[in-house]
Amino acid sequence: MSAEIVVLVEHTNGVVKKVSFELLTLAAKHGSPSAVIIGAGADQAVADVVRYGAAKVYVANDAALTTSVVGPKVAILNQLVASASPAAVLIPSTAEGKEIAGRLAVRSGSGVITDAVDIEDGIVAVQSVFGGSTIVRSSVTAGTPIITVRPNSTTPVESAGAGELVAITADLAVSDTAAVITDHVVEAKGGRPELSEAATVVSGGRGVGSPEGFDVIEKLADSLHAAVGASRAATDSGFYPHQYQVGQTGKTVSPQLYIALGISGAIQHRAGMQTSKTIVAVNKDPEAPIFELADFGVVGDLFAVGPQLTQEITTRKG
Amino acid sequence: MPLNIVVCVKQVPDSWAEKKLNEADKTLDRASADPVLNELDEYGIEEALRLQEAHGGQVTILCMGPEKAGETIRKALSMGADDAIHVVDDALHGSDAVATSAALAAALGTVEFDLVILGSESTDARMSVVPAMLAERLQLPQMTFAKKVDADPDARTLTIQRQTDDGYDVVKSSLPAIVSVVEKINEPRYPSFKGIMAAKKKPVATLSLTELAIEPATVGLAGAWSGVNAFEQRPPRQAGTVITDEGDGGTKIADYLVTQKFL
Repeated sequence: MSAEIVVLVEHTNGVVKKVSFELLTLAAKHGSPSAVIIGAGADQAVADVVRYGAAKVYVANDAALTTSVVGPKVAILNQLVASASPAAVLIPSTAEGKEIAGRLAVRSGSGVITDAVDIEDGIVAVQSVFGGSTIVRSSVTAGTPIITVRPNSTTPVESAGAGELVAITADLAVSDTAAVITDHVVEAKGGRPELSEAATVVSGGRGVGSPEGFDVIEKLADSLHAAVGASRAATDSGFYPHQYQVGQTGKTVSPQLYIALGISGAIQHRAGMQTSKTIVAVNKDPEAPIFELADFGVVGDLFAVGPQLTQEITTRKG
Repeated sequence: MPLNIVVCVKQVPDSWAEKKLNEADKTLDRASADPVLNELDEYGIEEALRLQEAHGGQVTILCMGPEKAGETIRKALSMGADDAIHVVDDALHGSDAVATSAALAAALGTVEFDLVILGSESTDARMSVVPAMLAERLQLPQMTFAKKVDADPDARTLTIQRQTDDGYDVVKSSLPAIVSVVEKINEPRYPSFKGIMAAKKKPVATLSLTELAIEPATVGLAGAWSGVNAFEQRPPRQAGTVITDEGDGGTKIADYLVTQKFL
């Protein structure tokens, strides 16, 4: 029997995020996938992770484990590193996921690699760095490889696993619960998919010109069930909230389809979207560097092209 | 009660420049771009100065980096911080995040503090793990990705708004604590002429690995717990089709999306 590869499942009250299925699919290529589900609703998530190949499912169905910042998740994963001696631990490369990975590395005496886009034989992590210009292959040389993997790196494949259930209880240190979450405040706009997970992203830049102008971006995004992003120029100008920034100092996205409207394509922005599978750009300036990346580009006014595209999509989707 | 704050800063290649790796040791080629203060750290310095204005206390800059990082420390001091600690040792070159956090944690052990503030990530490595690792090493509350920070030094408590994908979490802890701040928590000040002149006279203590009681073999490239096996340039993207809008640009894009099976 091959060694376990432990996958930390990301879920909200039992609703599993797609990236978890991607990680299970990746884990199955290199060992026996074990899912770890932590927090309220963990029981409801079991069937889904088994459907995507989990041979073993570690369940800690305790709401108290998610009321502190990352500590309890680190404690549970550290227990599993010790008890199951996995070949690797895979964690979604989100802001929280990377923090969990970092602390787990220190606690378990292991090396950590973040933002992998693939894992090759021998647990070699493939990263795409410097805005996608360079491909790096790295290995962990101490302890258990702790690797965070970016969403949209792999296509999840359904393949029923054995799904052996193992209940676990956390053995917490005082410092694991020292930062207490007292409230969740949701500010998200209108039920769109999360930026880092979305299959399609529609982004606006300086050319959008105003907060009101983002109406065009949002309407196009909604016609495609896409997430909305913004360039740094747009967030710095106050056109759109900062947390939607795509780029070097914002989020890195790698969707199937990225549509950039009124974005020139400075390296700051390219660093966050260059690995998108298909890129479509609309910009007034034919010299804009975004056209060097675009699979399909239109030199034109986004306020003419954008609404027409939204209309066409709505019509064609019937 | 005053609030003593240490702000960790890093010198990084200018984020507007193209970056590359050294062929020889596969580390970031820091000579190929101008070294600057990691811009996300400026928000940390600004937040520390605002807390100092509200509560009093000392703001100390902590920086691990080569000799040249002295320039970055002066920039941080010119914004208004009081003094600095520079962890500098040739053996640190090529340190991974695990070793970096060990050196920073050891340096923090030499000072009294109520808060440690960091930027949420460096714009070169972009791992975003060092603040969490410091919390782990020092066994202190991890108060990271803050978009708002409220400290109450008398009650010894801290409340932050921790940025999440769909909004924020309200998080509370005791002091001391490790804080990281996100971009846009504030508007960092520009150093004034007076601040730049004053920075030249501010004390900067240096600490070597010996002084931190860290074994050189446990840090740097040789002590790293992960390493680059190989790297290659990605072939440039195939140039696509670019058309000029003649009143049907939106329709043309829709046609393209159909050919690519997005519609």
